[in-house]
Amino acid sequence: MSSAPVAANIEDRPRPVGDAGRAGQFVFVAAIILLCAWILVPLYLLFVNTLSSPAEVTGFPKSGLPSFSMGSVQFFLSFSGVGQALWNSLLVAVLTMVFSILLGAPAGYALSRFEFPGKEIFRLLVVMTRAFPLPLLALPLAVMFIRTGLDDTALGLALVHTVLALPFAVLITFSLFAGIPVELEEAAWTLGCNRLQAFIKVILPLVLPGIVASAVFAFTISWNEVFAASVLTIENRTLTAFLVQNLNVSPLHLKFAGGTALVLPALIFIFAVRKYLFAMWGIANR
Amino acid sequence: MAEIVIKNVAKSFGAFQALHALDMAIADQEFMVLLGASGCGKTTLLRIIAGLETPTQGEVWIGGRRVDHLPPRQRGISMVFQNYAVFPHLTVFENIAFGLRMQKMGQPEVERRVRRTAELMHIEQLLERYSGQLSGGQRQRVAVARALAMEPDVILMDEPLSNLDALLRLEMRAELKGVLAESKTTTIYVTHDQVEAMSLADRISVMNGGKIVQNDSPVEIYRNPAARFVGSFIGNPPMNFIPAKRTDNGRWAVAGLELDGPRTERELIEFAIRPEDVFPGEEGFVADVRVVEPLGAHTLVTCDVAGKPFRAVLESDRRVSPGETLKLMPAASRIRWFDLDTQTAIPA
Ligand SMILES: Nc1ncnc2c1ncn2[C@@H]1O[C@H](COP(=O)(O)OP(=O)(O)OP(=O)(O)O)[C@@H](O)[C@H]1O
Ligand SMILES: [Mg+2]
Repeated sequence: MSSAPVAANIEDRPRPVGDAGRAGQFVFVAAIILLCAWILVPLYLLFVNTLSSPAEVTGFPKSGLPSFSMGSVQFFLSFSGVGQALWNSLLVAVLTMVFSILLGAPAGYALSRFEFPGKEIFRLLVVMTRAFPLPLLALPLAVMFIRTGLDDTALGLALVHTVLALPFAVLITFSLFAGIPVELEEAAWTLGCNRLQAFIKVILPLVLPGIVASAVFAFTISWNEVFAASVLTIENRTLTAFLVQNLNVSPLHLKFAGGTALVLPALIFIFAVRKYLFAMWGIANR
Repeated sequence: MAEIVIKNVAKSFGAFQALHALDMAIADQEFMVLLGASGCGKTTLLRIIAGLETPTQGEVWIGGRRVDHLPPRQRGISMVFQNYAVFPHLTVFENIAFGLRMQKMGQPEVERRVRRTAELMHIEQLLERYSGQLSGGQRQRVAVARALAMEPDVILMDEPLSNLDALLRLEMRAELKGVLAESKTTTIYVTHDQVEAMSLADRISVMNGGKIVQNDSPVEIYRNPAARFVGSFIGNPPMNFIPAKRTDNGRWAVAGLELDGPRTERELIEFAIRPEDVFPGEEGFVADVRVVEPLGAHTLVTCDVAGKPFRAVLESDRRVSPGETLKLMPAASRIRWFDLDTQTAIPA
C-alpha cells in the first residue's frame, strides 16, 4: 500500500471558521479545568483527611469522602498553644499588611508621579531587597531585636515581614498609580482640590481594588513566612513557626489538621476581598 | 476683571525648548483663540496659565494678580483637557458637580447648574451614566460642561470640540460663544480648526515652534499675514507662494509676469496670493491644470505655475478640466510679499 490513497482520503475542503473556534474553546475549557484541579484537588484531599478519623487517614483503601469525624480537629485545637499561635499569625499578618501599604503606596505614588534623581536606582533597589538572603540577616537581626526589645513580639516580626512584602507593595501600587492618567488628578486640582483632596476624591477610589489586592498579597506573604518567624519568636510563635516546630513529631492526622489551619484563614480572607481582585483583573463588578 | 498677562514666559523640557519667551495679553472677557500646528506648544502654554506646569522663566498675571506661584485651584480658572479627563468613577452628573461640591455649594444650586450646563451641551439624558458608557464626543461635552458649571473668571479650553461631528460642532460652537459672552468669561481656546478659530475669536494668536508669530483679529490674520508661516497655515487651501526677482526699483518678475511690488534692495523675495484672489482671463500666470475638485459653490483647481503647485478657487459655473491651460491674474490689492530670509511680510 502506498501512501497515495491515504492522502486522497484526507479531506481538503474549506471548513467553517466555527470549527477552529470550537477547538479553541475546547482547549480553553480544558485549561480551566486543569488549573482548577491543580488548586482544588490538594485542597480537597487536605480537607478530607482533616475531617476523617485518625484510623481512616492512615488506613487503606480510602473512601475519598470525609466521614466528618471532628476528632483530629478537636485534638488539634485543644493542643496547647494553637489558639495563641493562630492569633499571633493573624496579628503579624494584619500589621504587615497595614505597614506595607502605608509605606509602599506612597512610594509607588511618588515613583509614578515625580521625577527625582536616583529614581531608577531606587526602583532597582526595591527589587534587590528580595534577592538578599534572609538567613544571612537572621543572626544580626536577632541580636538587634534583642537589644531593642523587639524580639519575640508581633511588631518586630511584622517589621521583618513588611520588609519582605514591601517590594511587591511598591511595585504593584506603582503600576496602579502609573495606570491612572495624570490629567484626572490635574482636572481635580483645577476644580478646586489640593493635592490631598484630589488624591482622596479621584485617585483613591480608582486604585482601591488594586490596593486591596496588594494588601492581600502582603497578608499572605506574612502568613506563609516561616523562617524569620522561627528565628525571631520563641514564646509568641506564629502558626507556621509553631507548626514547623511541633508537627514533624506529630501523627499524620494532626499534620493534616495543621495544614488546614494554615490554609483556611488565607482562603477566607481572599474570598472576602475577591470582588476587588476581580475588579483589578478587569472583570466588571459594577 | 480677569485679564491675563503673560510676560516673557519660556518653558524647556530638558534640552528641548517648548516655549520661547512669550509675551501676551488677553483682555477681560476677550475670546482668544490659539492656533498652530501640532506640537507647537499650545497645550504647554495653557498648562502654564492653569498652573499645571511651572514656566522656566517669566510671569503669569490673572486679574491683576501674579499667579505663577499659586496652585491651580487659587487661580480662578477652569480647564477643558485635550483628552477630556472625565472621572471614570463618577456619573456624568457628579462629574459636572465635582467642582461645585468642592465649593460646598448647596444641593439645589448644584442641581440647577448641572442641569443647565448639561442642557447646553446636549447631554441632559446622560447624567446617570459613567464615562465608560459614553462616546468620545459625549465625554468631551461632559468635560466642557464640567468647566462651564464652575462659572470661572477664566476658562481654558484645549480643543474642546475636536471630537464632534461637523453639525454638532457648529451648534456647540454657537452655544459656547453665546454662553461665554453672557457670563463675561475670559476665554483661551485652542483649536486646529481654522473655521472655528475665525468664527469664535475676538483675536487669534498663531503659534509656531513655541513662538507667537501673529496676534491679531481674524480678518487681519487672514488678509495680512505677518509671516510666511501664517499665510501658509491659515486658509483652506492656504496661500500660494512664488519666488519674485527684482527687475527694476519696485518691479518684480513673478512666473513670467512683471508686477508692482515693494521698493527694497533685495534681489529675491516671495510673492504670495490667496487661491480665491486669482481670476482666469486673457492675461496672467500660465497655469497647467492638474486636478479639479468641485466643492459646490466653488471649484478648487490645482495647477502648475512655473513648475510649482498653485491652487486657485474659481466660480463653479466655469468649466475646467485637467490638461487645460489657464491664464490666472492675481488681484493687485490682495498681493502680499515676504522676505525670504526673515520669513516676514514686506509692506508694499
Ligand atoms: N512633559 C513633556 N516632556 C517633554 N516634552 C514635552 C512635554 N510636554 C510637551 N512636550 C513637548 O513640547 C512640545 C509642545 O507640546 P504641546 O503639547 O504644548 O503641543 P500642542 O501645540 O498642544 O500640540 P497638539 O496640537 O498636538 O496638542 C511638543 O514638541 C512636545 O513633544
Ligand atoms: Mg495640545
